[in-house]
Amino acid sequence: MSDPRYPGFDTLSLHAGSAPDPATGARATPIYLSTSFVFRDSDHAASLFNMERSGHVYSRISNPTNAVLEERIAALEGGVAGLAVASGQAALHLGLATIAGAGSHVLASRALYGGSQNLLGYTMRRFGIETTFIDPRDLDAWRSHIRPNTKVLFAETLGNPGLDVLDIDSVASIAHEHHLPLMVDSTFTTPYLLKPLDHGADLVFHSATKFLCGHGTAVGGLLVDGGTFDWQRAYEATGRFAELCEPYDGFHGMVFSEESTVAAFALRARREGLRDFGAVMSPHNAFTILQGIETLSLRMEKHVTNARKIVEFLASHPAIASVAYPELPDHPDHALANRLLPRGCGAVFSFALKGDRAAGRRFVESLRVFSHLANVGDAKSLVIHPASTTHFRVPNEQLAASGITEGTMRLSVGLEDADDLIDDLKRGLKAAQKGA
Amino acid sequence: MEFVIDDHAAYAYTGGKAFNQALPTAVFIHGAQNDHSVWILQTRYFAHHGFSVLAVDLPGHGRSGGHALQTVEAMAEWLNQLLGAADVTQAILIGHSMGSLIALEAAARRPERIKGIAMVGTAYPMRVSSSLLETSREREPVAIDMVNIWSHSSIAQKPSAPGPGFYVHGGSQRLMQRISAINPAQVFYTDFAACNDYANGEQAATALGCPALFLLGRQDVMTPAKAASSLSSVMKQARTVTLDACGHALMAEQPDQVLDELFAFSRNALK
Repeated sequence: MSDPRYPGFDTLSLHAGSAPDPATGARATPIYLSTSFVFRDSDHAASLFNMERSGHVYSRISNPTNAVLEERIAALEGGVAGLAVASGQAALHLGLATIAGAGSHVLASRALYGGSQNLLGYTMRRFGIETTFIDPRDLDAWRSHIRPNTKVLFAETLGNPGLDVLDIDSVASIAHEHHLPLMVDSTFTTPYLLKPLDHGADLVFHSATKFLCGHGTAVGGLLVDGGTFDWQRAYEATGRFAELCEPYDGFHGMVFSEESTVAAFALRARREGLRDFGAVMSPHNAFTILQGIETLSLRMEKHVTNARKIVEFLASHPAIASVAYPELPDHPDHALANRLLPRGCGAVFSFALKGDRAAGRRFVESLRVFSHLANVGDAKSLVIHPASTTHFRVPNEQLAASGITEGTMRLSVGLEDADDLIDDLKRGLKAAQKGA
Repeated sequence: MEFVIDDHAAYAYTGGKAFNQALPTAVFIHGAQNDHSVWILQTRYFAHHGFSVLAVDLPGHGRSGGHALQTVEAMAEWLNQLLGAADVTQAILIGHSMGSLIALEAAARRPERIKGIAMVGTAYPMRVSSSLLETSREREPVAIDMVNIWSHSSIAQKPSAPGPGFYVHGGSQRLMQRISAINPAQVFYTDFAACNDYANGEQAATALGCPALFLLGRQDVMTPAKAASSLSSVMKQARTVTLDACGHALMAEQPDQVLDELFAFSRNALK
């Protein structure tokens, strides 16, 4: 007898969580722009509030359109539940705030998106959550910086700005040896390129604004509970995670790990986090992101194909000092990328122009196809020059410490014809060199 | 709530409310490679609507200690010990799959306190194919995936359980994997072998005089709906309800209908 199979990635991308609308027969997921949902009677109302029945009460806590998106991303990642929130930042915040509070410590990669660095390094610190940033490639550092009050290890699957590939299996092993979960930001890879839960991560989040939506039209975040981490066992071993394993006064003394053996995190994140922090995703955005996910594999293939052609072009161009793409043999994580990312290393990467900030400005200002803006993961190709935008006040020495030079450019390669993108880059490089 | 049975911890979830001996008790018994959490919605409702709830983790499963017991009879005996330890005097037994056989056998052994028995996703005999038995013994992770795939009729159940945003397939898979992680001693195989070997079903069913509910899934390929008739046909007060759009994971695929049927049955059985 042949073993049965789960539906494949493309099938899940189209169908997971989504059935024809029972009221109308609509095949596309309807946009339920309704703040609230009518109770059948008082008992039905009470049972929904008390988690005795499944259903929707108020769209800050759950919504039928958002639920389809949540179930779909959970299916694609191989998790037990998803939570749709207002942005990737909100997803990171919800992931942390569900298990950490004043007095907690987070151990994080230093190769993070700037917004994540701000949240961890400054804002969460103001609320009593301290973060230590370490080199994500240094496994000893992961091990040695864990403290008794550490609640989570956190990194990006592909780090900023050098595309450091996270050795998820090894970092997850270290986390689990210490009864800690590993949370990863998988925005750059999406589940099409990498499924972090398969490698030992426990919590995954995305800025769905990027490749999942794919068209630069909606801001949103998705947080996935992998259902892999045994919170109860960790609580018994270390006393951590009372948030999930002791009665919670804010929900009638509920002990989340008792209610659900594998989805305690998601239960609390929804019952407390969505309820109280309120960073809800608009159902309209959920619909837009669902539309994006339907073509995720097709788009990611093209993104990667185009990125590879551009990397090849740039890597051999005399005006380029370096290209940071893990498929290149000189990238420090080349071997790891071959193992973890056989489908490709995404379509966002940095390269360094030879020249100063002015050369960088001439480069971006002469591009016609690449759009100069602060986003990634759009169907259209994007470019940003950190030294004249996000980091324009930062002195050169400090730039260097962040792995950024005056000529560093970040590209997000879109779905245009690769030849047109290369011609555009040639134009920019010519302009950059002219003033040299 | 914890008891000690045969020198091992025996855990029962009480539905989010303290156990009250003065109330009739709804006893929920999970199936193979599962634990109490498969009943989360139903148990919470019962506990807040006039029943005390004991949703057990069978020995070697979840939070209960000891080894997984090798026969349905031994599990029934363990359950009856637990009900004795809790001083239960009036009980409705509600079992899913393997748990339904345990409910049947436990009721037959101690009928005096049983007011009704609900058998959810059941079959008798509960034959497990030799290939699945072998897979559960030799390749447990593969057996988990097989059963997970076979147990669901859809990848888009609505409403999802235990609530919106939960992916039912993922939750079911992770729960079975967790049972393995907590107790690597071939729980799945032991459970399947117990189901396969149980031979006292007809005799137990014939002897039972209490009301019985057979709650079945129309798309169930693990315990097909027609495979329950050997029991329902010999029980004096049996009623069969077959749910549409539902496979073997009835509590997850049709949580509201399962709850409504179980609750109505239980209330009537106490009259």
